[in-house]
Amino acid sequence: MLVCRNGRGESLTLEGRVVAPAQGIDESLRITVLEGVVGAIEPAAASDLVIAPAFVDPHVHLRTPGREDEETLRSGTEAAAAGGYCAILAMPNTEPVVDSASVLGALVERAREEAVIPTGFMAAISKGQRGEELTEMSELATAGAAAFTDDGRPVVSAGLMRRALSYSGVTTRPLALHCEEPALSRGGHAHEGAVSAELGLGPYPSAAESVMVERDLALSALEERRIHLMHLSALESVAALDRALHAGVPATAEVTPHHLVLTDEAVRSLDPNVKMNPPLRGEDDRESLLDALRRSAISCIATDHAPHARHEKDVPFEEAPFGVTGLETAFAALYTRLVLPGVLTLETVLERMSAGPARAFGIGEPRIEVGARANLVVLDLDAEWWVTEDGFRSLSANSWLLGETLRSRVVQTVADGRVAFVTEKRARR
Amino acid sequence: MAASIDREVKKLPTLRGRTVVNLFYESSTRTLASFELAAKRLSADTMSLRAAGSSVDKGESLKDTALTLAAYDPDVIVVRHPSIGAPHLVARWTGAHVVNAGDGKHQHPTQALLDLYAMEEALGHLEGLHVAIVGDVLHSRVARSLVQALGLVGARSTLVGPPTLLPRGIEALGCDVSTDIRGIVDADVVYVLRMQRERMAPGEAFVPSLREYTALYGITPERVRPGQVVMHPGPMNRGVEIDPRVADSDAALVTDQVRAGLVVRMAVLYDLLTTSRVRVVEPLEIA
Repeated sequence: MLVCRNGRGESLTLEGRVVAPAQGIDESLRITVLEGVVGAIEPAAASDLVIAPAFVDPHVHLRTPGREDEETLRSGTEAAAAGGYCAILAMPNTEPVVDSASVLGALVERAREEAVIPTGFMAAISKGQRGEELTEMSELATAGAAAFTDDGRPVVSAGLMRRALSYSGVTTRPLALHCEEPALSRGGHAHEGAVSAELGLGPYPSAAESVMVERDLALSALEERRIHLMHLSALESVAALDRALHAGVPATAEVTPHHLVLTDEAVRSLDPNVKMNPPLRGEDDRESLLDALRRSAISCIATDHAPHARHEKDVPFEEAPFGVTGLETAFAALYTRLVLPGVLTLETVLERMSAGPARAFGIGEPRIEVGARANLVVLDLDAEWWVTEDGFRSLSANSWLLGETLRSRVVQTVADGRVAFVTEKRARR
Repeated sequence: MAASIDREVKKLPTLRGRTVVNLFYESSTRTLASFELAAKRLSADTMSLRAAGSSVDKGESLKDTALTLAAYDPDVIVVRHPSIGAPHLVARWTGAHVVNAGDGKHQHPTQALLDLYAMEEALGHLEGLHVAIVGDVLHSRVARSLVQALGLVGARSTLVGPPTLLPRGIEALGCDVSTDIRGIVDADVVYVLRMQRERMAPGEAFVPSLREYTALYGITPERVRPGQVVMHPGPMNRGVEIDPRVADSDAALVTDQVRAGLVVRMAVLYDLLTTSRVRVVEPLEIA
């Protein structure tokens, strides 16, 4: 269940090069939206704007309830709209944790007041995310839980993980898993390798992720229950996923823009805005993630948008919390750093940011066809802009792209038939 | 500088009117003492702040402490901090010269300088030397700085220790790595690292016992070849990583290192404050 502010569908006309890879469309078209529904699609003259199915982000931290100084439902969804998203899924590791129908119900009510785009809420797998007792999954699903996850921490006990998979059969919702073996990652601040060794940073080895990926895929196979692997970072994890997919295990996976673009070399700057969990890894890992994304073994790009207060990141690297923001920069970062240099195609990026995650979570797939709700993003691929601390709609500015110049800009976002975002001024050309 | 410390009256007027602040977030004996004494010998005003008993105890952030100190307009802030990169942040937040007196497991550059100084004093040259660094490399900022410093002067280094205390990927610093204590036999210098007892906490132990560590890697008279010199950054665990017979032998340069620490830290302060506007450039810079 995804919710946002009530309102009427709008009517508008958009013209541009329509690229909808999941539907095999790439041509210049005029799209007429009538009261929120695509009413007509006609040929049009060539244009310098690209129109695509809007993006879906299955991994966002909205920090509500508890840390509204870092993000609110309003600021987070406005940031998502500015990034071209028509739907997002929020993580339950808030204060308090979303582990009961009452907390979830309050959030859903607030989203009806504040959220500018459809927003789904995941609920915790275990009470308090303590990894001890299962949450009341059936009641949570009825109250609108989009999926279940203990994200931010792993389900350490293999026994509880198996029970969660088995019991989640009472709902149709998937389990989204943060794979980390804490006995191997404890004290870790950066990928185990030359960079962490040279800097003296506590090592967080690839195996801390991949042994849990292997375990969870094995349990998924055992229980024949669907799992979604979050923010994969290591080539060993990709190899495990490939083997499981080959064997028919019902798994999906996501990767973040920062793991696709950066390696642990970036950590040499000791900038707390390149500190994430899982950490940035080596070039081999990055290449394996890119390859898996091309092959659709990893079918989702997720931002893992993790806002943090400025003072929390204005400290030495080891003292800083994990996590970076990403909603407002995801497409431009991928376009600038991967599409323009020819590493990924525009189609791959668009598909994995929209249809891929929608399918993985059973959210209505944004489609450009007559009769469909309008979920569209308009992109100016030639625009250039500077990422600055004061340029975000998010309440937090812990972006790994601060100071960078990016190419391509979201011009307009239509979410569930309504204009959720439109640029104030056309970016400088 | 070296000549001055042998005089009856040891004080030089060079840095009169300058202010050196020592900001120490970790316990330290010789580093803090030698920075303080170095500043005093050069006639600078000096003040030392320890985390314990200061506003840090009350939860003040590094940034606010740095900004507070900067308001007194010191010429140099010497920083010792348990987190990597802390001195770089202090340098970014203040206009003072900042000296890294040890940041986490990252770097301890003045230790490396004093070690080079002591080696050159004892052996007459640095180029071509082979230094075996033995022990807990994983947790050692001394080892990381020393390997890089040795590379800069044309000496080579071999890291020797138990596999659990040698970080994966450390050879990228440009050194050899061995888990066999016999790897020290070719070295001109055996540099012994402190085996930190806090690394032996139950459940967190990197070696099964100190007894086994000593048996495998302790520097005993039998393991030291005639002509080799032995160094240790202190404080020593006699009977653990170094046998007392070695520590007290003529081969040991431990007190020479302490003395070198004073000379080198005087030189560092002198260089920073008399060579105009030249900042010490470290391998790591924060954008």
